[in-house]
Amino acid sequence: MSLTIAQKILQHHIVKGNINVGEIILARVDLAFANDVTAPISIDFLKRIGGKLYDKEKIALIPDHFTPNKDIKSAEQCKIVREFAEQNNIPHYWEVGDVGIEHVLLPEKGLIKPGMLIAGADSHTCTGGALGAFATGVGSTDIGFAFATGMLWFKVPPTIKFIYEGKRGKWVMGKDLILYTIGKIGVSGALYKAMEFTGPAIKNLPMDDRLTMCNMAIEAGGKTAIVEPNDITKQYLNVVGAKEGIFYKSDEDAEYDDIIEIDVSIIEPQIAFPHLPENAKPISEVMKKDIKIDQAFIGSCTNGRLSDLRIAAKILKGRKRDKHVRLIIIPSTPLIYRQALKEGLFDIFLDAGAVISAPTCGPCLGGHMGVLASGEVAISTTNRNFVGRMGSPEAYVYLSNPAIAAASAVLGKIGSPDEL
Amino acid sequence: MKGKVWKFKNNVDTDVIIPARYLNTSDPGELAKHCMEDINLNFAKKVKKGDIIVAEENFGCGSSREHAPISIKASGIACIVAKSFARIFYRNSFNIGLPLFECKETDKIKEGDIIEVNISTGEIKNISTGETFQALPIPPFMQELVNLGGLESYAKKLSKEI
Repeated sequence: MSLTIAQKILQHHIVKGNINVGEIILARVDLAFANDVTAPISIDFLKRIGGKLYDKEKIALIPDHFTPNKDIKSAEQCKIVREFAEQNNIPHYWEVGDVGIEHVLLPEKGLIKPGMLIAGADSHTCTGGALGAFATGVGSTDIGFAFATGMLWFKVPPTIKFIYEGKRGKWVMGKDLILYTIGKIGVSGALYKAMEFTGPAIKNLPMDDRLTMCNMAIEAGGKTAIVEPNDITKQYLNVVGAKEGIFYKSDEDAEYDDIIEIDVSIIEPQIAFPHLPENAKPISEVMKKDIKIDQAFIGSCTNGRLSDLRIAAKILKGRKRDKHVRLIIIPSTPLIYRQALKEGLFDIFLDAGAVISAPTCGPCLGGHMGVLASGEVAISTTNRNFVGRMGSPEAYVYLSNPAIAAASAVLGKIGSPDEL
Repeated sequence: MKGKVWKFKNNVDTDVIIPARYLNTSDPGELAKHCMEDINLNFAKKVKKGDIIVAEENFGCGSSREHAPISIKASGIACIVAKSFARIFYRNSFNIGLPLFECKETDKIKEGDIIEVNISTGEIKNISTGETFQALPIPPFMQELVNLGGLESYAKKLSKEI
């Protein structure tokens, strides 16, 4: 039987059931993780069913959302997670100072490898598909179940194959490819489905851009996104010191739910308008609209990696933000923070009038470190622009890549680096 | 299950079901106080035990926060009927014992209608209009979760089997 990568990885992990699309299977999970918002419910669930962990090596706890603790209630949530980690001697727990945004930290720590089946109590768990894993977001109860049993139930998804061809244009990043794709298929375009990103434009795409693309699969409703691992994957695994996983490939005659071809050369930097990620428009169209901004945010599990900060610095070097705009930059992990500092990017950011925060999910979900007031407008390198996502339900969030966000901070309105 | 309908549209996301500013707790009662606050301020105040949410496509899209179905369940809602559900919301709901029904004809159900949902057959009767619709039958595994009351009992059952 011919199978897609998604099916092959699931098949390798099956305990009960069979790999036909649409069937519900019980499968072994190689890594189950949760954060400070979702883990307390998982821990409570685990206690209710007996409290014994299946394998503490296959668990990760990442307090990244409201840390450093934003208020007393959040501090209590983090305390639950910390005490659980200490009591159970969980090796993959990171305290503030070591912690970064989970979907950036876990690959960086070499914990996401090709061929793994990964479940995380956070919707952006699909990020891990960039490394050729089957990584999918689930709920807290699911993770509690996986903590206890090492297994989880899954519905075998159909796969949509996306073939990206052509050369990327100036200022066009992985973010633009995925916003364009979501714009094309809509926020429920891949509901319950796996998205497989293929084609010549993906084969050469740097790992940071692949991670950004897979990160936003959930914004199209996708269960996961997967990039076939290749030399770029190998290089990344070497750098982070991960022992290689299993490199799966879809069979040539595997059955796809749909095949969508995308010409990358016609894609401009994309801006997703409020209040859905599918409202993507090309920058040339947006520039004319003169959309004034109050805040620009560069960071998150989508775009807070070193290459994102480098491109922002390239644009901000020798320039200042518009005096009305708050420019907030958050490196996603302590390692990225240190690298950016070493490379001199912090001087460029500070000279430009930016504020740099410790790694946290913070502003992306309206938690802290940059919450929006009513009527305010933000350009943000994050993944969601729903009503109330970054603060007031009367605020407006536009999503973009970091080059556009940096340029917009200088311009005081949404615009392109070419306008500077 | 018979109850009064609260009607919502397409792409109701988890950020409006329970905004992140309330995610610093996982207490069901606290969460229920803010359920749907950013989309319908009256919901949390006026919802009654046994009421039913009816919506269109992609209900529950966005974040994986289980706080979303927890807040809905704790607010008293008996079940949700929608044209389609986002997948994490779907599994979270069944895992905590909140049944969902997929039915393409929710256009024909209005806010305030009284409907009756047959949990085993998926038949939906609109008592207010006399119309009857058919939801997709709940898959056997989900039916088992609903019958057991959620993943907690399933885990206990599984530990005896394996």
